Amino acid sequence: MRYVDEYRDAGKARALAARIAGLCEPGRTYRLMEVCGGHTHTIYKHGLEDHLPEAVELVHGPGCPVCVIPMGRVDDAIAIAAEPDVIMTSFGDMMRVPGGNGSFLDAKAAGADIRMVYSPLDALKIARAEPDRRVVFMGIGFETTAPSTAMTVKRAAAEGLANFSVFCNHVMIIPAIKAILDSPDLRLDGFLGPGHVSTVIGCRPYEFIARDHGRPLVCAGFEPLDVLQAVYLAMRQLAEGRAEVENQYARVVPWDGNPVALRAIGEVMEPRPYFEWRGLGIISHSALRMRDTYAQHDAERIFDLPGVRVADPKACQCGEVLKGVLKPWECKVFGTACTPETPIGTCMVSSEGACAAYYNFGRFSRERFRETSAP
Amino acid sequence: MTVEESREREVLDRIERARRRRPRVREERITLAHGAGGKATHALIDAVFLEAFRNPALEALADGAAVRAGGTRLAFTTDSYVVSPLFFPGGDIGDLAVNGTVNDLAVCGARPLYLSAAFVVEEGFPVEDLRRIADSMGAAARAAGVEVVTGDTKVVQRGKGDGCYVTTAGIGVLERPAELSATQVRPGDAVLVSGPVGDHGVTIMLARGGLDIEANLVSDTAPLHGLAGALLDAAPGARVLRDATRGGVATVLNEIATTAEAGVVIDEAAVPVRPEVAGAGELLGIDPLYVACEGRLVAVVPGEQSAVALAALHAHPLGAGAAVIGEVRADPPGLVLARTAFGGTRIVDLLVGDPLPRIC
Amino acid sequence: MCLGIPGELIAFHDDPPDLATVDVSGVRRKINIALLAEEELRPGDWVLVHVGFAMSRISESEARAVLDFLEEMGPAYDDELAALRDSARDSARDEGELLALRDSMRAGLNPDDLRALRD
Repeated sequence: MRYVDEYRDAGKARALAARIAGLCEPGRTYRLMEVCGGHTHTIYKHGLEDHLPEAVELVHGPGCPVCVIPMGRVDDAIAIAAEPDVIMTSFGDMMRVPGGNGSFLDAKAAGADIRMVYSPLDALKIARAEPDRRVVFMGIGFETTAPSTAMTVKRAAAEGLANFSVFCNHVMIIPAIKAILDSPDLRLDGFLGPGHVSTVIGCRPYEFIARDHGRPLVCAGFEPLDVLQAVYLAMRQLAEGRAEVENQYARVVPWDGNPVALRAIGEVMEPRPYFEWRGLGIISHSALRMRDTYAQHDAERIFDLPGVRVADPKACQCGEVLKGVLKPWECKVFGTACTPETPIGTCMVSSEGACAAYYNFGRFSRERFRETSAP
Repeated sequence: MTVEESREREVLDRIERARRRRPRVREERITLAHGAGGKATHALIDAVFLEAFRNPALEALADGAAVRAGGTRLAFTTDSYVVSPLFFPGGDIGDLAVNGTVNDLAVCGARPLYLSAAFVVEEGFPVEDLRRIADSMGAAARAAGVEVVTGDTKVVQRGKGDGCYVTTAGIGVLERPAELSATQVRPGDAVLVSGPVGDHGVTIMLARGGLDIEANLVSDTAPLHGLAGALLDAAPGARVLRDATRGGVATVLNEIATTAEAGVVIDEAAVPVRPEVAGAGELLGIDPLYVACEGRLVAVVPGEQSAVALAALHAHPLGAGAAVIGEVRADPPGLVLARTAFGGTRIVDLLVGDPLPRIC
Repeated sequence: MCLGIPGELIAFHDDPPDLATVDVSGVRRKINIALLAEEELRPGDWVLVHVGFAMSRISESEARAVLDFLEEMGPAYDDELAALRDSARDSARDEGELLALRDSMRAGLNPDDLRALRD
């Protein structure tokens, strides 16, 4: 596959890994946060950590927009889906996220019409095909996905599709990164920036990280060599005492982002004064809602939502995992009470959540494997 | 080992102990996850059906049960077919029903002989479509050398059944002396697959429509007893054969690893996948290792027989794309690992339910 | 939200507007190209596809630049690493020791120095 396979070459990985090792100061450890859930997934799926020297640690951050949705919002979505004429549409990622009373999959089993889609345009298609039903699209994701939702809403408005609305749960990456930087528990040396969010917002918004916090940020692609190269560039900055924003993913990320996409978001959505992020608490101006001009396509205005704030289960330590303070296996309930079959928190449910990624891909004793691997 | 590594090791051991406990079904209602062939399905079977039916033949939970009637060893299997859409590139529900049942018998090492076919048809279903399905089954049965000797027909009210469901049972004769079972698997064994994976599942997903995706893909549905026979003739020490249906190759390997209490390590780059299946997988966020096949064998053979086994598969028309994809090791017991093309290692675990496409 | 996949633009559609067919490894999908309205897209261009929308045009020159960078990393260091491994295999018992040995040899050394050391 072009533009994919070239970035999965094991030989080049070894070479890069050697260079990274060469940049490590003896006795020093390095903690780089990869903000984006897609990076977490890549790292585990390709076994990337096997290539990194022990001194370099990749910390998983809160860039999993499914993981940060509070349980109360899942309950709100299920309440909408429970209305008899509603068809709730959602990406697959959401189907098993537990709310206060079960997940979308459980609600579906109890009779709600919840359908999985691959694009908001699929939801629009359903709305056209079923004019007597109200079709709601659960909009989740960072700035990568918000433009697609926005364009779909614009299309719905242009076609006068009154039965289509969006339950907007789009969140913004910069406030999440700020929350991390402001957190006292964290020691980080640098960041791997979210590659696909950056196709929309560009690289400029990260400049404050380098300028005000003195940490390098390298915007990284999602193939394993992209991630490794980004680690190398970050380590090189650290070795040379620099703190800058660099763009490893320049083949896809324009420095100034995508103006059409940004305008689409701006036309249809506006920042909420505040939004609760599971694990990170309430963050101001960190999420998007529909503008008044598109009220007729705003599910929050159309439907009566319980709007109840549901506290996370006491045992759940997702917040600390999302901030990178705890490693997945350090959570007290990891692997016993909280597993992919019986997830307590979102970090275990979402396929890119740190806990799920570690449980599904990374969880085995590398040492024993190496011992028994030797010819 | 560092302090951190030993703490991590404690957690990993704790997890392994938790995994080995009998799974319980906590849900009150059946969800789609229970039908996907993964962890939820296994828990359901264990908690509901094994509990109710306890007997040694069932406990083996193989694709077919080995039973004795008089002096003859028989293999006996059953399956239901609920695929939607009913007609798709490469076949239809009728082909699946015959081939799937024949394959469950074939992987027991049996010679398939007789099938039953029961139909649950929805009110309003076109008779012409039912005829198409029956004709397909007839043709498939003749091609496979089996006969449909008994059946049943029921009609349910409109809205109570997805067009047409087919349930089959199959009987075959166990003529080979060897007992094919995952309990026979040993460290040092080789793991083979008879051709590219994921063709059927992706074909079905695309055939459901609404995805605006086209590809030149057809279902791989095929009767595998000839292929299985060729393999068993060439490699009589073969430990176990499975057909990789619901849940794909990854699920089959996990079941083998768990039963054998051994580790299975595969080479990701060695697993044959058509470019279109890989491309569709990337587009939809699905891993071909977990996607259903309907005409693929997974075989575990002693290491020293892997070359002849592979040659036998290649010599057969249905085994042209066969490959050795990995090996069995003592450690880590019960886990399936993959050496990635990138040079790392990762776990290939049982999914809970269907592979849910991801956008993240 | 991160799953973006590169695909080649095959054809554009008039009705409905903003739709194009993209090819990923022989799989063809109709996607919406409205977010790239300000680029002049042509058949044969490669774009990044995310949830049915084209997000960005892939720059062949930038893609090449990454691969060139990676190739530069390549053979010299592979050789060095192989040589180090062979010579250290007897004395270093495990990978940790090997890494440490290599790191201590590499600190501050560039490839030419390293080669000079060995030769």
